[in-house]
Amino acid sequence: MTETTAEDQEYADGEDFIEGNPMANFLRMERMPHIWCPGCGIGTVVTSFAEAVKKSGIDMDKLAVVSGIGCTGRVAGYVNLDSFHTTHGRPIAFATGLKLANPELKVVVFSGDGDIMGIGGNHFIHAARRNMDLIVICVNNFTYGMTGGQVTPTTPKTANASTAPHGNFENAFSLPFLADACGANYVARWTSLHARRITGSIQEAFNKKGLSFIEVITPCTTLYARRNRLGDGLDALQYYHDKSEIKHGADTREVDIGFQDKIIMGKFVDRDNPSFLEAMNTQFSTVMGDDYQLYGKTECEGDCGE
Amino acid sequence: MSEIRFSGFGGQGIVRCALIAGKAANIFDDKFATMTQSFGPEARGGACASQLVVSDERIAYPYVTKADILITLSQEAYDKYEPQMSDDGVLIADQDLVKTRPARDNITLHVVPATRFAEELGNRIFTNLVTLGFFTGITGVVSPEAMKNALPGLVPDRFLTHNVKAFERGYDYAKEVLGESKGKAKAGKTKVNKKKGKK
Amino acid sequence: MRKIAANPKAVDTGTHFLDGNHAVTEGGLVSGANFFAAYPITPSTEIAELFAERIPKIGGIFIQMEDEIAALAANIGAVWGGAKVMTTTSGPGFSLMMENIGLAVMMEVPMVITNVQRAGPSTGLPTYVAQQDMMQVRWGSHGDYEIIALCPDSPQECFDLTIEAFNLSETYRVPVFIMIDECIGHMHEKVVIPEAKDINVLDRRWYDGPKGQYKPYKVGKDGIAPMAKAGDGHHMHATGLTHDERGYPALTVAQQKIVIPHLIDKIKNNADKIIKLEETDVKGAEVVVMSYGITSRVAVRAVQLAKEAGIKVGSIRLITAWPFPEKRIKEVAKDVKAIIFPEINMGQMVLEAERCAGGQCKVVSIPHPGGDVHDPDDIVAAIKEAIK
Repeated sequence: MTETTAEDQEYADGEDFIEGNPMANFLRMERMPHIWCPGCGIGTVVTSFAEAVKKSGIDMDKLAVVSGIGCTGRVAGYVNLDSFHTTHGRPIAFATGLKLANPELKVVVFSGDGDIMGIGGNHFIHAARRNMDLIVICVNNFTYGMTGGQVTPTTPKTANASTAPHGNFENAFSLPFLADACGANYVARWTSLHARRITGSIQEAFNKKGLSFIEVITPCTTLYARRNRLGDGLDALQYYHDKSEIKHGADTREVDIGFQDKIIMGKFVDRDNPSFLEAMNTQFSTVMGDDYQLYGKTECEGDCGE
Repeated sequence: MSEIRFSGFGGQGIVRCALIAGKAANIFDDKFATMTQSFGPEARGGACASQLVVSDERIAYPYVTKADILITLSQEAYDKYEPQMSDDGVLIADQDLVKTRPARDNITLHVVPATRFAEELGNRIFTNLVTLGFFTGITGVVSPEAMKNALPGLVPDRFLTHNVKAFERGYDYAKEVLGESKGKAKAGKTKVNKKKGKK
Repeated sequence: MRKIAANPKAVDTGTHFLDGNHAVTEGGLVSGANFFAAYPITPSTEIAELFAERIPKIGGIFIQMEDEIAALAANIGAVWGGAKVMTTTSGPGFSLMMENIGLAVMMEVPMVITNVQRAGPSTGLPTYVAQQDMMQVRWGSHGDYEIIALCPDSPQECFDLTIEAFNLSETYRVPVFIMIDECIGHMHEKVVIPEAKDINVLDRRWYDGPKGQYKPYKVGKDGIAPMAKAGDGHHMHATGLTHDERGYPALTVAQQKIVIPHLIDKIKNNADKIIKLEETDVKGAEVVVMSYGITSRVAVRAVQLAKEAGIKVGSIRLITAWPFPEKRIKEVAKDVKAIIFPEINMGQMVLEAERCAGGQCKVVSIPHPGGDVHDPDDIVAAIKEAIK
């Protein structure tokens, strides 16, 4: 986390910077510069998200972003959308309430591996099990960045972390496998090198019901890469370039990532199981008939034509 | 004011008895009633009791200190709660489930074959409603009309008529017993239904 | 703030025989609660069960979350989605909720949380009564803040105070707690639910300014900021971090000096409007018995017995536990020999009474470890001892 100097702020507040920036409509420019380190991959994912929003033509008034705590947790603070920066690990639970209270919203959870899969792991598996109508973008940099490089549930075995100073010996979660097993409708993985692919997946997810899960492998140059002597941001991208392989529809049981080992990416799961709202409406209509007021119907009325 | 305790084991519908009587008193007899219950972890088995205070005025203190009326549908409940009841209260016990001792002090003891009546009506599950009918007939704390009005919503719809029948069976038996005791207990017709004694 | 009519579909008008838990739910439905995320826990679950049963036909949603942490997070999210929110829990779940109670306080989110208190610590006596979370509700989440806590002592008051709790939470943008206990939660009594038109429900203080200019923490004349919901086109932001009026993080001491006093003053400065007490025969009393919740129903017997013994005894029942009625207790302490304070804990609210009395009179705690209510005779004995 870098501190904002007065000089930085002056530059960021300057009209040249604001007007000249292609992201100006999408970001809260008054909050620039952001806190992310040089070489960090989070910004790339945000840019890809912005591209997806632009390309899809989705109504930005009806798009909300929810983040937890951590470096990626700061995304909610920078996007010029209805956005909520919640407690550590709880953005999915928060987003569940937000979505259900106002079903016309597209709700995107944008947070990190420590937040979503560590402290918030329980919420993730249950949201996937419910097939909750959410898009979950998990920026996975294998570490807790904001607190100084501790081990996370996705840190590959043998990697070094500040709380695994002798090397990590715990098994790591393979996130696509977890999401698939728990019932998510859509599961994809990319690295921050594959910006256009990320955009493509987010666009697809905008059109899905149920839970869409997109994992993006990103470098943490300041902590994870430095501790493990992996070089700078460019070296990380080189690694992604050399060791990644696109395998759409790959068996999620076989996509786990070893330390600096190959990264299988692609769209692994794309199915249309009933989402939480669909399942609820079906069940209650069956049982209660006309007494039941279909919930969140407005979302469907415009375009689904059913 | 009446302090009533229904007791037995979990699953007998003890709490249901107090709920029905309480609803009847509150809503249909226009009195005030407060129901409290012992609330343990068991859904079935174990000692179970529910307390009902019925009054013409708003009830401040909601607890039963010395029950004026005790209904027991299990031996354990009888053993536990009989010593705590008022010295001149009314005690109602199931004939087959409770082995009663001679009534102490001025307690009036009524034994009712509630389980048997329920079985005759088709299912032992109606024992609580027979007992409730008997309690209503004997004590008059709540009116029989109010009790019957209170049943919908507190017993399953499809068993409503069965429950009303069970209630009436108990109520009529109470009237029979009271009539008998008025006529100085014609001997031999049923087992002793009313014992009165002093220590 | 604008009054709105209660939704007739949500109002079960009539005379009922209900327990406190069910009365809370009825009160919530009447108030327009349309979202309820919860995790089941004894002895509070009936509140959630009834809501789950009723809400699909009224228009709204119930969701059972994976734990109380998630339940509270979902509830806060739902408020920002425009919902009116209630939830319930008991001891262990209350502990889990503490994290996001802090978030609700910091984001200034209105909601009503009922804690049906049971005996702890930890799993304790899950099915038996206690009043042991009275300090936890005030101080349980980290940091400095104020909340409002109400203590109904009957099913009827559970109904009435739930409506009051919603109105207070909308008025002050603060979570409001209904601190009942297993006894009140499961005690059945007469509950009268009025007709929809006779129920006083306050609408949310909605922002009605131009689109895109909403600032979630820019306070109005009454010191409280209006609310908007996600999807209204304001592109708003809210965070658990210390924030400015736009809701943007403002991690400075200067901003902390604005935000924290605001969270506290909006309650403290309105304490007189918020606090409700029930006083009986306090004037001329030698001794005053203070109590709340189920214990007040026990104390009433003790007071009666003491009066029969010729003692001049009055009583004060806390309908509002927090904010604590400091002013009134300071006054009362001048005129009485002693304040007797039974509660089903080892002495929690009594500490507040003692603080307010400031040595002007004796303050006697009658502790109880939980699981049962007091024996009225113990309270009578304490009254007699105090006037010796």
